[in-house]
Amino acid sequence: MLTYTLKRLLQAVPTMLVVITLSFFLMRVAPGGPFDGERQLPPEIEANLKAAYHLDDPLPMQYLRYMGNLLQGDFGPSFKYKDFSVTELIAQGFPVSLEIGGLAILLALLLGLPLGIIAALRRNSAVDYAVMSVALAGIAVPNFVIAPILALVFGVLLAWLPAGGWNGGALPNLVLPVIALSIQQIAYIARMMRASMIEVLGSHYIRTARAKGLSERQVIWRHAIRPALLPVTSYLGPAVAGIITGSVVIEQIFGIPGIGRYFVQGALNRDYTLVMGTVVFYGALIVLMNLLVDLIYSALDPQIRYDD
Amino acid sequence: MHCKRRSLIAAITLSSGLMAGPLYAETLDIGVMGELASFDTSQVSGGVWESQILMDVYEGLLKQNPEGELMPGMATKWEVSEDGETYTFRLREGAKWSDGEPVTAEDFVFGWQHLLDPASASKYAYLLYPIKNAEAVNAGDKPLDALGAESLDGGKTLKVTLESPTPFFLQLLTHYTAYPVPKHAVEKYGDDWVKMDNIVTNGAFKPVEWISQSRISVEKNPEYYDASDVSLDGVNYFTTEDRNAAISRFRAGELDIIRDYPSSRYQWLKDNLPDATHLSPMLGSYYYVLNAREGRPTADARIREALNLVVRRKVLSEQIMAGSFKDAYSLVPPGTSRYEVQRMDGVDGDYQARLAKAKQLIKEAGYGPDNPLNLQLRYNTSDEHKKIAIALAAMWKPLGVNIQMINAEATVHYQTIQQGDFDIARAGWIADYNDAENFLTLLRSGVGNNYGGYSNPEYDKLLDQAANTLDLDKRQQLLQQAENVALDDYALAPLLYYVTRNLVNPSIAGWQDNAEDDHPSRWVTFTE
Repeated sequence: MLTYTLKRLLQAVPTMLVVITLSFFLMRVAPGGPFDGERQLPPEIEANLKAAYHLDDPLPMQYLRYMGNLLQGDFGPSFKYKDFSVTELIAQGFPVSLEIGGLAILLALLLGLPLGIIAALRRNSAVDYAVMSVALAGIAVPNFVIAPILALVFGVLLAWLPAGGWNGGALPNLVLPVIALSIQQIAYIARMMRASMIEVLGSHYIRTARAKGLSERQVIWRHAIRPALLPVTSYLGPAVAGIITGSVVIEQIFGIPGIGRYFVQGALNRDYTLVMGTVVFYGALIVLMNLLVDLIYSALDPQIRYDD
Repeated sequence: MHCKRRSLIAAITLSSGLMAGPLYAETLDIGVMGELASFDTSQVSGGVWESQILMDVYEGLLKQNPEGELMPGMATKWEVSEDGETYTFRLREGAKWSDGEPVTAEDFVFGWQHLLDPASASKYAYLLYPIKNAEAVNAGDKPLDALGAESLDGGKTLKVTLESPTPFFLQLLTHYTAYPVPKHAVEKYGDDWVKMDNIVTNGAFKPVEWISQSRISVEKNPEYYDASDVSLDGVNYFTTEDRNAAISRFRAGELDIIRDYPSSRYQWLKDNLPDATHLSPMLGSYYYVLNAREGRPTADARIREALNLVVRRKVLSEQIMAGSFKDAYSLVPPGTSRYEVQRMDGVDGDYQARLAKAKQLIKEAGYGPDNPLNLQLRYNTSDEHKKIAIALAAMWKPLGVNIQMINAEATVHYQTIQQGDFDIARAGWIADYNDAENFLTLLRSGVGNNYGGYSNPEYDKLLDQAANTLDLDKRQQLLQQAENVALDDYALAPLLYYVTRNLVNPSIAGWQDNAEDDHPSRWVTFTE
């Protein structure tokens, strides 16, 4: 297992290298630069800016410099947010995104899995239809619609919860963003769990289990749920990475200082270092999450073994 | 404290104006539309929200009252030499940084040199170019101490020499590029002087906490010379990029002020929060650049005139923008100091007559059913710009003009139009300082921001003359004359004047609408 993990991590190195290299050059190919804006700058000022950020060096040299700094764990200074380095921005934003995203995933699992199982067991009943219709609605309505409605109803009209703000992560400030972020996930997970549960329930080994005379409860708990979790698990890898790196929509609407918006703002501002920082961070997270999923797989399914 | 205010605002919202119980709010919560780039004024990126924060924590030689008018700041007295090229400022006795160190002329000299130092790579350094040798210093051609700013009398007097008389120089001194920088703190901490643990400022407030993308908190600076007159204990600036969400937070009582609410919500806000909804003229122009470069159809003045004639500006401002802009007939907006608003000829009045004339002009220029006029219109992505572009394309349709609309994100948009690759392009200009020259320079030959490449020697000559005229009345005449030259050439299509849009808790006093949209928090008090 350990050897497998190490091997996987080693394999990730070339992957990351490709990701970093591609992003670096794609970003430079994109039209517009970090200092283009409404006001054209006098040539001497543009020259000063380019010199300060080494943008006047040849591109391969810029690339080597970036890789060199990266190896030392230095993402460089942000082009836009001058008082913070990219590392500081990520270090400040990630815990916030992790908290909101982690809670949202937890909520999604706690609600989505049981709902999916119930719907599968009561297949084609009123309960099934109800759960699946609600889930479909949850998928169809995007969170940039749900979030403002939540803020309006619970923040403004009922005044039960803050309409926005982070307030150091106080519980009342967490409620609405976590709900807004989890609704779609609940829906996805419920639908996925239902489908996979139905498939498992129709398989031979469940028939065998029933034929052995096991009670329905034993059949479901001991034989059906575990294998039915596999597709959900593989979905969770990228989903968790996606959610805990923040959602630009939720963060903007609720004014949450996570890292989600750096992806978008970095790109729009052509803040090269910030974009690269977030890409490297997200890439590394995806690699880790996928590895984690594979390890969980082997725990769930005895047929999957990662021996050498 | 927050709870009390929340219930109060809720009460206002519900009963529209009825007051609830007493309120003890000493902290002002402002929603600003973006994140501050830096507390180092040389590194600021130019957002309006940045000036709001910086003017609260720093103070220049002059400052502004709630109406936006100039008054003594770090300087109590100043003299201007007869040739208008030398300014001598007497620094305020007892002015201190927030760590108790005195503010001296040294800090101004140091701050300006820091801003102009090529190594600082400051985007807005050019605002100080009126100072002698500033441009050469910034280009690295002269040493920092060649700058025309000198500390005299052991730091009690600041002598500033200019390149040429600059009538708006005092206005310029309220801009953040002209703030002092605490030399002693920079010497002690280096680049880290802006970190929250190290920073010292000389304004009414000092920064204490900064959670990136969430909030900046400042508290009253006890060392400020006028501290006893500052009512607030502190200010929080919340980054609220989603402006609709900001309105929800305002209605929930979490914010006292929102800067720049979305124009599309103006009608709703006016109907539902009439006491809180502010809208007033601002020093900003929304216009379409008409490309005057050779080879472009718009290089023909007749085409430019025709396009201008049929624009129904009242329809734009009142119907398309629902009253959240003012219709414009010139480049320099109303409210500009020492300037009378000029007016483009023939662009209002009977529409049918204008249309007929425009059609005639298009025909004269050689376009018609057999040779339709195709123009490329570029705008930067935003709902507002899109609505206006569509409306204009429709207004130009009766002329037989086919508009091809191309939108791009702001960076790409401006890069493209700076290269001159367009016929018509959306642009806007918000004044850096309250002076007509700041707008008129947009049409000067060869200037970077003259996107359309308009060039008229007469226009340039008038601006040159104005720049060398010390008599302010005469200068005003010259500037107005210059604008008229450009308007007669239909050098651009003025469309709308910007307005300031703010939501302000009605229980706040000392907050006034003004054309610069500058609102120092040091004047603000809660009345209940």
